[in-house]
Amino acid sequence: MSTVGALLAKDLRAELRAKQSLPAMALFAIATFVVFHFGLDRARLDGDLAAGVLWVTLLLAALLGINRLFVAELEEGGFDGFLLAPVDRTAMLVAKATALFLYLAGLELVAVPAFALLLDPGLGRALPELLWLLLLADVGIAVVGTLVAALTVQGRARELLVPLLALPLLLPLLIAAARGTAPLLEAGGGSLPLRWPAVLGLYDMVFGLLSYAVFDFLLED
Amino acid sequence: MTVSATPAIELAGLTRTYGERLALDGVSLALPAGATLALLGPNGAGKSTLLRVLATLLRPHAGRVRVLGRDLPRDGWAVRGRIGLLGHDPLLYRDLTARENLRFHAQLHRVGGDRVDALLDAVGMAARADEPVRTLSRGMVQRVAVCRAVLHDPELLLLDEPGSHLDPAAAALVEPLIGRASGRTRVVVRHDPAGALAEADLVLGLRGGRVVLTAAGGRLDPAALAALYG
Repeated sequence: MSTVGALLAKDLRAELRAKQSLPAMALFAIATFVVFHFGLDRARLDGDLAAGVLWVTLLLAALLGINRLFVAELEEGGFDGFLLAPVDRTAMLVAKATALFLYLAGLELVAVPAFALLLDPGLGRALPELLWLLLLADVGIAVVGTLVAALTVQGRARELLVPLLALPLLLPLLIAAARGTAPLLEAGGGSLPLRWPAVLGLYDMVFGLLSYAVFDFLLED
Repeated sequence: MTVSATPAIELAGLTRTYGERLALDGVSLALPAGATLALLGPNGAGKSTLLRVLATLLRPHAGRVRVLGRDLPRDGWAVRGRIGLLGHDPLLYRDLTARENLRFHAQLHRVGGDRVDALLDAVGMAARADEPVRTLSRGMVQRVAVCRAVLHDPELLLLDEPGSHLDPAAAALVEPLIGRASGRTRVVVRHDPAGALAEADLVLGLRGGRVVLTAAGGRLDPAALAALYG
């Protein structure tokens, strides 16, 4: 755990100093909600449409963070420094996924109030259950995002490869998160169908195990 | 400096390719523990690739590689942490300070923070240790990179042009850490044959990934040297 802690503290310190991921993610989300606000030209959104707008925006904003997740390791020799140390390589997976999870949580602290403000989906009632969905979805995005970022970081077309690989892999997560959110944002206010958090939990578990199994090989020469 | 009869590095027919290009072609050598090997050769000869194979960062594609008594790549886990690498890249994060970088590497290698402070002091960087690496001069970055390479007191040092960017005063400061006096087994990439001869027990000339020159005992055939760079 001390290795994970060292890697995570290093990433968070660098992000606090350079501000390369989180501000870009948050600004992208706000800008997208502004575009939807004017593009849809409605006083308020609800149901499926509100859920779709929220989750597609969060997912696209997450891609910005995924794109930059391993850039310092590649450009500043972080991979070599880490691989020279006598540590479990899975520590990097855990640390990077945790960092991405924290970026996503930070993004949502800004994006969800902006969503409520600009598109008035009636979030107040839905918030406690929405938080559970955000938590489960963030775990999945963090794990899959870390896997995709590690797969693509050495490629010349990284900015293209990340969405091409990540979006299909994240599609089940998007469906489950949006379907789970839609009833919460209905005009009358609905309750969260339990099968969608269950699907998200299963997704997190499957991709968590898959990432654990293959991550070492991604760092190999 | 004590040279042991036990080899720290044994290579037999080491071959490594990048796609179609042969970077190392049947390299063989034995380097006793405590000895210094100097690698000479023109750009693209395979010197840096050899260092990266020895550092466990690249897998050999053929041949036998034994480092510190363990076969690579199979036992790479057992020698990581016993090797220090100082390459072209300082392996330091630009947005972190020198001290933060070294503390990070110290945590990875389970080394105490007092070692970080002692090394920064030894290379004359204590006063600038809390400034981001991006604000330091290239020579200062190289001094911090030396600290990083020896932080965990490695038995084997792999050095790629270690004196680059260092003025004479800075070179003298890092000498006890990475020079012959450090007592470590060393593989040093050099571009000056005279300097290589002066500090090495064995000199190896690489060209096109092949060993084309071997010299020991401070003598180097001028014709062979001319052919190496010719």
